[in-house]
Amino acid sequence: MVVELGQYALILALMLAAAQAFFGLAGPALKRERWLAVVPSAACGQFVFVALAVGVLVHAFVDNDFSVRYVAENSNSALPLFYRVTALWGAHEGSMLLWILVLSLWTMALVGNARHLPAAFAARALGVLGVISCCFLLFTLATSNPFARLMPAVPDGNDLNPVLQDPAFAVHPPILYMGYVGFSVSFALACAAMIEGRRDQLWAHWMRPWTVMAWAFLACGIALGSWWAYYELGWGGFWFWDPVENASFMPWLVGTALVHSLAVTDKRGLFKSWTLLLAVTAFSLSLLGTFLVRSGVLVSVHSFAADPSRGIFILVLLVLMIGGALGLYAWRAPLMKSSAGFDFISRESFLLFNNILLTIAAAVVFGGTLAPLIADTLRLGTLSVGPPYFNPSFLVPILPMLALVALGMHARWRRGRLGESRRPLLLALGAALVLGLALSLGVYAHPLTLTPVGATVGFWIILSALIDPIDRLRRRVPLPASVAGMSIAHIGLGVFVLGITFVQSNTIQRDIALKPGQSAQLGAYQFRYDGGQEIVGPNYEGFRGQVSITRNGAPVTVLYPEKRRYWVQGTVQTTAAIAPAFNRDLLAALGEDVGAGAWSLRFQYRPLIRFVWVGALIMAIGGVTAVVGRRQGARVASGAALPLAAVAPGDIREHGGAP
Amino acid sequence: MNRFVLPLAGFLLLLVVLLVGLKRAPEKSNLPSPLIGKSAPQFTLPNLFDNTQPLSTETLKGHWSLVNVWGTWCVECRAEHAALLQIKQEARVPIIGIDWKDQDEDALAWLEQLGNPYERVGTDHDGRVAIDWGVYGAPESFLISPTGTVVYKHIGAMTPQVWQHDFLPRISATTFKPPPPPTPASSSAATGPGA
Repeated sequence: MVVELGQYALILALMLAAAQAFFGLAGPALKRERWLAVVPSAACGQFVFVALAVGVLVHAFVDNDFSVRYVAENSNSALPLFYRVTALWGAHEGSMLLWILVLSLWTMALVGNARHLPAAFAARALGVLGVISCCFLLFTLATSNPFARLMPAVPDGNDLNPVLQDPAFAVHPPILYMGYVGFSVSFALACAAMIEGRRDQLWAHWMRPWTVMAWAFLACGIALGSWWAYYELGWGGFWFWDPVENASFMPWLVGTALVHSLAVTDKRGLFKSWTLLLAVTAFSLSLLGTFLVRSGVLVSVHSFAADPSRGIFILVLLVLMIGGALGLYAWRAPLMKSSAGFDFISRESFLLFNNILLTIAAAVVFGGTLAPLIADTLRLGTLSVGPPYFNPSFLVPILPMLALVALGMHARWRRGRLGESRRPLLLALGAALVLGLALSLGVYAHPLTLTPVGATVGFWIILSALIDPIDRLRRRVPLPASVAGMSIAHIGLGVFVLGITFVQSNTIQRDIALKPGQSAQLGAYQFRYDGGQEIVGPNYEGFRGQVSITRNGAPVTVLYPEKRRYWVQGTVQTTAAIAPAFNRDLLAALGEDVGAGAWSLRFQYRPLIRFVWVGALIMAIGGVTAVVGRRQGARVASGAALPLAAVAPGDIREHGGAP
Repeated sequence: MNRFVLPLAGFLLLLVVLLVGLKRAPEKSNLPSPLIGKSAPQFTLPNLFDNTQPLSTETLKGHWSLVNVWGTWCVECRAEHAALLQIKQEARVPIIGIDWKDQDEDALAWLEQLGNPYERVGTDHDGRVAIDWGVYGAPESFLISPTGTVVYKHIGAMTPQVWQHDFLPRISATTFKPPPPPTPASSSAATGPGA
């Protein structure tokens, strides 16, 4: 009975979403003031019922209600309570429910901040969010009902996929969804601006914090996903250019471009139509990713059990949402063209390069992801696109972009000079060269050709991001949150670049069959296989090996890689053992029992791999700093007008271009 | 026509690709199945022809068999039907059907009309067994060895070429055993092709 309540709640949420969409879009169009008042209430109601539906499904999981098909397929009474809750998003139906919950969370956030926006504009944006919500609720109820019953009920469930029985997986999907569903707010604000045909650039100012927050969540989500794949998939890779990964990476790349072009539109009123297009594209790519992952058109290692009948439904929804927004763009964007000039060496032009190169990078990923599909359409045969394509082609636009970051950060708006930043920039470049070469040629020998380049660029970005904060500190001028956020995010980028550079060039990996007592040498590290024993866990049995690692004879650590067989599904799961450290990871994973006490083993030494995830995390922290700081700044500014003397010269410089 | 229409045009082009991709998704026959080389998933299904003799994993043991997942709602299944009948006549490998998300009456009527290639048909009304088999979409065919191991999986319509090229070579002559005689129940439902 309780379970049916969940379904009723979803149906009610659908009706409220429809009301939110109708009154939000029709109210301003027909100039009915009263209709506008309905919109926030409908949004709140929708949130309540969606939350209720989620609560009901969680209850069914916790309660081991195997008469619910979704629970029976993805849980088991032997599954620990924690994973019974997170199993909610362990498969397709629950993931869609999570998607909807996250969307209504963002909607609530917009409702909460609507007082800063003109009433009609806020209503329109909420209306657009209502349309999106309608589409997804309809899709879920029609093709992916998580509350469907199983008659007769089974005595016990099919268990959660063992790969997903992991703490990182518990937080990874919600954060990832917060990211790419978050772009729906940017999308909705862009649509609202286009519907109104606004000639000002205020919409860009309103859109900025939402975009940055979604972008930060997405960065965290992708990093978590990569980290999870690294230790849970068992073989030590952290990025596979898999369609599902690309589906989250493309919106992030376009979102990064959007964050930067919004800065230009907000401050200088330029790139308006381009910014609108990016806002529409970022969310469209999220939707497209959902389609690719769930319709089964592309084969992926992470794929959920896909059902082609769902594909056509999603495709129709894509036409409605993306086609509608792009149609609106074709109609309205010409009205919103911007007119102002800028010099070749100005912040605008650097941000333009940033946008072009990021867009090309996103296009490279997009092309690679869809190439198998396109080849199939044109009957060119089966095509498989992997790292050999992605790695080099992605570097072509990204390397110049990274090289320009340091300059772009310090170029001035409008005017064609680097100004007083030139000296510290050159200083930073010199220091970066020294550090980069020392690290790539001295500390980590045997580099690839690009290693010194990557190392230098990484250090240059970090050092040049520090110029402004250090300068302000010396002059005892307060550091505005926006500048602090930008510096932090760019430092994160530099850290990330350093990580990727050395992981790619200096990783050592060996696959080798060893008997107890035998060992393998990886650089300075010696991995000795000591043998192993049978183990039994709560819902699995398996084998645990012991690997002792020494460095130049001194003991470093002992690793216990496992091979588990989960009882219910009979799935075999490799659990790699990893010894993490600030500057390197050591990994051991069990392969196969090759007989006579010997096992095939994989050993890895990966330098600086933590920098990759920490870098992404720092980027996200930078984004959050900028948004939170801006809100507090706005509060101060609205409370009392700041005396002019308290405003840093840099701020005046930054705002110099605003009309 | 202005440049602002270009994104929409690009999207429509993409849409065509996605539509074609979607249409062909079930026929992608080169999907690797994680089941290959492993034992066939444990299952028990009611037999479409005889309620007293359920279809289970044990049915598959002791002889080669071709497990075919189908449904009367599936257009491709209608297309492959003739090929299955031909295989039944020539190959002496029993074809085991899994009728996926279907109505029994519909399935019986379909076999009455088109002919019955199946030794037994398990009725997977709620699709639970198909999930265990990792079925992407009907039709799919699995080759099961006498030990109950999944040897090969074909996604999409079965054709005489696929059978000759991908299935027959995998059935080693040494372990080949003729199938048990058909049950009376299944022969009663069977009629000749084209009837």
